[in-house]
Amino acid sequence: MDFKSSDTLTSGMLSGPREQDVLPATAAAAVKIVIVGGFGVGKTTMVGSVSEIRPLTTEETMTEAGIGVDDDYGSETKTATTVAMDFGRISISEELVLYLFGTPGQERFWFLWNGLFEGALGAVVLIDTRRLEVSFDVIGRLEERGVPFIIAVNDFPDAPRHPVEALRTALDLEKEVPIVHCDARRRTSSRDALLTLMRYLHSLAMARA
Amino acid sequence: MTHPQDPSLDSYDSLDPLDAFTAPDSLDDVHDPRFQAEVPVKRARRGPENPERLYILTGEDSERAPLDLVTLIVAKGEPSPTAQPEHSAVLRLCRTPLSVAELSAYLVLPVSVVTVVLTELLAADLVQARAPLVRSALPDRSLLEAVMHGLQKL
Repeated sequence: MDFKSSDTLTSGMLSGPREQDVLPATAAAAVKIVIVGGFGVGKTTMVGSVSEIRPLTTEETMTEAGIGVDDDYGSETKTATTVAMDFGRISISEELVLYLFGTPGQERFWFLWNGLFEGALGAVVLIDTRRLEVSFDVIGRLEERGVPFIIAVNDFPDAPRHPVEALRTALDLEKEVPIVHCDARRRTSSRDALLTLMRYLHSLAMARA
Repeated sequence: MTHPQDPSLDSYDSLDPLDAFTAPDSLDDVHDPRFQAEVPVKRARRGPENPERLYILTGEDSERAPLDLVTLIVAKGEPSPTAQPEHSAVLRLCRTPLSVAELSAYLVLPVSVVTVVLTELLAADLVQARAPLVRSALPDRSLLEAVMHGLQKL
């Protein structure tokens, strides 16, 4: 493994949390919510609008072999692809912290962050009605994994608006899966999408009890 | 670029978070010029004829601690002068709790690499790992309610 940033580590240039981004020592546990959607659908915008810290990025590198691409020519050349995931944080209380991960919609990248969805409270599937089909794969994967999710329609100004039931039919969703509009740029709107997910999770918990 | 205020969004502010969830149905605005009654695409559910691709992972790597992206790491002491740079960097960053994901971002190292470093530090008893609270099969309404109340304060 190549520690490419060893120079950074030893030179004293290491960045850390800004003073206002430091968690209290009492922070005892964290929970996570995953925001998932296609490229350019507004995941990073949503993470940034509600996060109390400047959104951070974690990167993983994969080779072609990891992507599952067959090389027709038997070449041994491998191309490394760097896949980034942005995330943010919301302090719920002195003890509890919520992390939000904006995850690439392409399911083939999800394994890079092993356990990303395991234990997650749930997911917000962010969609753009101009490119609804990029969310199909994501929704299927969440259903298979049993991760509860809501649909948040990022309300781009020039995107067509459809009746909720038409969207539900197109996305082939169960009737209880919430569908809400949001403007990922607005803090309150993104917060409300997260609250919709939490209320949905709460209703599921009540139904199981 | 102005955005019309959608009353269905802000009405959530006044809702009791513990009210039974009801899916909003007020999104259909037939007077909106962008309104289209038909959705031109349709998702096909995966069936047996359309099996998901499987990625065979190596499972629990015995050489790595079971750390989640949101496991909080706290240093137990100061780095020794002879410590490896990666170890020193983690110990300096973790004077206050920091998640594995944040460590990865600040160190500019992949989570997989950070996990290896943390495994060594855990084995040497130099850091403490605070495990995340995860969604389990059993309902934990108090956890969900705590998150809801925290979000409402935003």
